[in-house]
This record gives sequence, C-alpha cells and structure tokens, in this order.
Amino acid sequence: MTEQNQSPLNADDNLSDGESQFFRLRLFVIGASPNSIRAITNLKNICEQHIKANYELEIIDVYQQPLIAEAEQIVALPLLVKKSPGIERKLIGDMSNTTKVLKGLGIYSES
Amino acid sequence: MTKLHKKQQISSFDQLPKTPTGITGLDEITGGGLPKGRPTLICGEAGCGKTLMSLEFIIRGATEFNEPGVFMAFEEKADELAANVASLGFDLRKLQDDKKIRLDHVHIDRSEIEETGEYDLEGLFIRLGYAIDSIGAKRVVLDTLENLFSGLSNQVILRAELRRLFNFLKDKGVTAIITGEKGEGGALTRQGLEEYVSDCVILLDHRVINQISTRRLRVVKYRGSQHGTNEYPFLIDEEGISVLPVTSLKLEKEVSSKRISSGIPSLDSMFGGKGFFEGSSILVSGTAGTGKTSIAASFANEVCRNKKKCLYFAFEESPKQILRNMKSINIDLQKYVDSGLLEFHASRPTLYGLEMHLVAIYKIIKRFKPAAVILDPITNLITVGSVSEVKSMLIRLIDFLQDEQITVMFTALSLNTVVSEQTDEGVSSLVDTWLLVRDIESNGERNRGLYIMKSRGMSHSNQVREFTITDNGLNLVDVYLGPEGVLTGSAREAQKLKEKTGVALRDFAVSRKDKEILRRRMMLESKIASLQAEFESAEEELNKMYLEDELKQEIIEKNRQQITDIRRGNVNPPKSKSKNKK
Repeated sequence: MTEQNQSPLNADDNLSDGESQFFRLRLFVIGASPNSIRAITNLKNICEQHIKANYELEIIDVYQQPLIAEAEQIVALPLLVKKSPGIERKLIGDMSNTTKVLKGLGIYSES
Repeated sequence: MTKLHKKQQISSFDQLPKTPTGITGLDEITGGGLPKGRPTLICGEAGCGKTLMSLEFIIRGATEFNEPGVFMAFEEKADELAANVASLGFDLRKLQDDKKIRLDHVHIDRSEIEETGEYDLEGLFIRLGYAIDSIGAKRVVLDTLENLFSGLSNQVILRAELRRLFNFLKDKGVTAIITGEKGEGGALTRQGLEEYVSDCVILLDHRVINQISTRRLRVVKYRGSQHGTNEYPFLIDEEGISVLPVTSLKLEKEVSSKRISSGIPSLDSMFGGKGFFEGSSILVSGTAGTGKTSIAASFANEVCRNKKKCLYFAFEESPKQILRNMKSINIDLQKYVDSGLLEFHASRPTLYGLEMHLVAIYKIIKRFKPAAVILDPITNLITVGSVSEVKSMLIRLIDFLQDEQITVMFTALSLNTVVSEQTDEGVSSLVDTWLLVRDIESNGERNRGLYIMKSRGMSHSNQVREFTITDNGLNLVDVYLGPEGVLTGSAREAQKLKEKTGVALRDFAVSRKDKEILRRRMMLESKIASLQAEFESAEEELNKMYLEDELKQEIIEKNRQQITDIRRGNVNPPKSKSKNKK
C-alpha cells in the first residue's frame, strides 16, 4: 500500500530552481501501530510547517512489502528516509522530537 | 559408567526434542544437539569461532538434515561470509540459490541514524519472519545480535524488543543460535543476553597457555537435558569445526583374540609365537638409543606387509629421517608410503596444545582408518603439558583406539634411573603389553636387553633377551646363561668360543682314551690266548697222566689176578706172567 501524499504540483520546477530544495521523503511504517500513526501525524505536521508544498512523502507499509525491509536495511520502525536533497539520512522513531527531525532533514528553522 | 547410567535414566522419560548440529562431537556432548525450537546462546571472545560454529550449524542443517536456515549477520556482509566459509568447502552461494539458506546482512550504524522518539524493531522482525517463511527455515542464526546495542541507543526499547524477539523465534518454532561477545568480569555476554536465552548456553574459549593456544567449548547450561559439563577442546580446520568428546567413561569395548605379528619373529616367539593381540596397546619404553623407533618401524613394516594400513605419528623425527634411518636396518618403508598403506604425520609437540594433538590424531585416524597406529615418542608430549595431562590425554586416546579396534604402539623414553621404570607417563598401567628395552652395561660395552614387563592375557617369556640391531633388521638373541650369570654382547661371544674349545679338547681326550681301551683289550686278548694255550697243554699233560694211571691200575689188577691164579695152582700161569712183564 503506497500512499502518495501531498503530491507536488510543480516538483520539476522546484528542483530546477536550485535555491529552494525539494524534499523526497519515504516513511516506512507498520500497519496501524501507535508508533506508526504518531510518526505519520508528526511528520506531516513538521513538513507542513517547514517545507510546505516542497516535498514528496511516500508512506510504505512494510507489512505489505516485506522484501523492501531487506533492501532498505530496515531494522527499527518507524523509519524515515530522506532521499534528497543532500546525502541520504535515516531517522527512526515516532518523529515526536521535532528538533531532531528537523536536524535530521537538514532544515534549519529560524524560530 | 555414570554417563551410561544417566542415559538410561533419560530414555525412560520423555526426552527434550533436539536438533542435531552436524558438527563433529558437539552432538555427542549435548546428547543429540541443540534444543529444538528454542534459542541457544553461543558466547565467547573475539575470534573464538562463534560465527563459524553458527554458520556451520546452518550449512550442515541445510546439507545434511534438509533443514533450511536463515543466517542474519550483523557484522559481516553476505559476500564476506561466503568467502570465509568457501575455504571450508562450503558453497554458500549455491545453497542460497537452492533456497536452502538465506543470508541477510543487517547493517546498522549509529552515525547514519537519528532517533526521533519511540520506535521498535518490527522491521527486523519482518525481515526475519519473511526470510524464515520464504524458505521454510527451521534454523536461524543471529550473529552478534549485540551489534544492535552499538547501533541503537535506547536500551529500554532494545531490551524489551529482544525479549519479544526470542518469543517471536519460539513462536516460529525455529531452532536459533544467537551469538554474543564475552563480557568483562565473568559475564557471559556484554549485554547480558544470557538472561533472555535461558535454554542452552555454550561458551567458547580461546586460551593461550605456555604460548600454545587451545580452543575450548563448554556447555554452560542446557535446560531440561543432560550434557557433558567439561571443557572440550575443539579444532577449526579445513573441514570445519570438530569437538572432541574426549572422555568415554564406558569400559565396554569389544576385544579381539586375533594376533598381530610384531615384525620381529624372535619377539613373537616370546609371546607364544604369535605376537600381540589385535586392538591392544603396546608400550615400548627404554632409555635413549635403545632402538625404540626401530621396533616401532619394524612393527609398521609388518603391518603394511600384511596389506593393512598403518599410521605413524612422529613427534621427534621427520618422516624422511625415519625412512632413511630405517633403510639402514633393511626396513624399507618408502614403498608402503608410496602405495598409501603407511602414512606419516610428523609434528613438533609444541605445534599446538595437548588436546589439539588429540583432536588432530582423532581426526586423522577417523579419516585414514588404520589397523595400527604408532606414536613415537609420547614422552615428547610432556613439553606441552604436565604428566597428569599427558596421562589423561593418552587414556582417552587408548580408549578411542580400542573402541575402534586399532592396535597402538607407543614408544616412551625413560630416564636412566631405576625409579622411572614404573612411570612412563603413567600409562604403563593402561597398556596391555609393555616391552622394556634397557641397557646392559658390562665389560666396557653397552648392550641392549629386551624383556616383557607385562602382557595381558597371553603367556609370555620371562627371559631377558639380547636385542640386536643388524643390517638385516632386528633380532633377539637368547641371552647366554652361564655359570657366571647373564652374558651379553662380546662376553656372550667369548663364552661361546670358550665352550667351543672345550668341546674340541674333550673330543680329543675322548678319542685318546678310546684308543687306549682298544689297546688294552688287544693286550688282554692276546694274554688270554696264550693262557688258553697253556691251559690246553696242561690239560693234555693231565690227561696223559690220567691214562697212564688207568693203565697202571689195569696192569696191577691183571698182575694180581695172575698171582692169585698162580697161588691156587691154576694152569697156564706163565702166559699171564710174561704178559705182565711187558
């Protein structure tokens, strides 16, 4: 079950711009576990706040695609993988620690 | 005996189901393998063979017991693992292709991961669960699960998840091995994994004593099952791991009453002409240079001559040296080496520990299946262990060899003291036959004397024989027992010569006496002849006189008749008168 969320309307434009970075995120969760639900909600909130309309979030239920777990070296869940920009980063947990999430994504909020 | 007793006890109850590991010896120690459907912890220091042992468990399971397995590596990558075991002759890639084994490398690196709140290890569970289900695995290895602790920092979560993991494994019904690094200060593992794995814990150890390293294995705990509690040495070689269950407490060996020649006919004759028992143990002890190796080589030669296999462990000389030296006494071992009947294994005792020697010997014997084994000399083993250790090793070796019905000959160097006669590494009480070769020093020369200290179950000579090494091989000469006692060497030869001259002199004396007797007899005979003649003439004389007397008597009678006739006046008296005068 792949959930395409907040589909970017002008993704290509943003990338070509270069200055405002486009975020491609993948969130691996397991079904409807409390951790997963929290992670989805938390992450959505953060994204909406900081990189609104400038990201693509793919949510993958590992239960449905067990093979991906091996390919992606998944151990702990929920797992957020930032594919771009910059180097790939992995974040685990329910995304409740906003500062760490932002740091992990490379977003430096002014607030 | 206690082992046997226990075994019988167990069999009367329901035995814990076990999964054989296929690792040589380990199944014997654990009484059949690891607990089926439960996790087992293998712990030990770095480099003690944890990964290899668990990998072998998986591979043997897949190849020998048709139980597919999952190997989850937290340390090494799948390719590295495959390369590591390729040297042991296991083709991991092929097994993977055949869906017998599934390797999964779990990469976890703290620097790449940011922890942002609550999480669990469900991802690992899913991977594991999928891997197990995809090939129907019965065996699972988690190689150094503790790496999770270095990758993830939330201990509370980790510990809770580990507990869940072990329950998960049990639910899956797989037999699992979890490896863990040995912790500091007596702890079995660094992260206390033993508290989760409560069924079976195996501790591996790699110890260096006197610069000699020995790997050892101990079953620390095995819930619900009897197991060997000792430390068992194990060996990693080109065939994987082999553990040696070194003590068999049973004394119920088969025995043979067949005989095997020693290769020295005169020695055989000391054993009632037939030699040693097959499958018995023979100890040849003696001081330096008494020909122990020669006896051993001659035995090897005889075994091979009968088209049987012989294994020669040399701890002192190299095979080439032995071959050359034995050629000088007309024992050609080279041809048997070439034809594969004889195999030499030369190694310095210091090559590895005593137990490892035993394991190595055990393995070679298992492979080569010889009819006879020679260890030359066992005394050198003392350099790598104490007397009691050597003794216990030899006891186990003898036990093993007798189980296998293999004749074994040890040689042992005894020091040139009177006391040491009884203490050849203490094995003299274990062996069936004990030959002692010793120096006999007299008349400014040294000779070898051989005698049989003991030989169980057969009549044997009580004589001391002189043992000679000649260009044509070995021989035993009857020791000369003269009026001056036991003579050997040149003294014996001298005595022989002396006897020879004695015989010649006596012969001469006898013939002289014979002639004298002959002469005497002739003399007497001639005397007898002359006396006979004398007697005959005397007899004749006597006979003549006797006739004359008779005649005289007759004449007198006649004359008296005539006279009477005349007196009565008869006629014709003149006639008789004239006659009388005649």
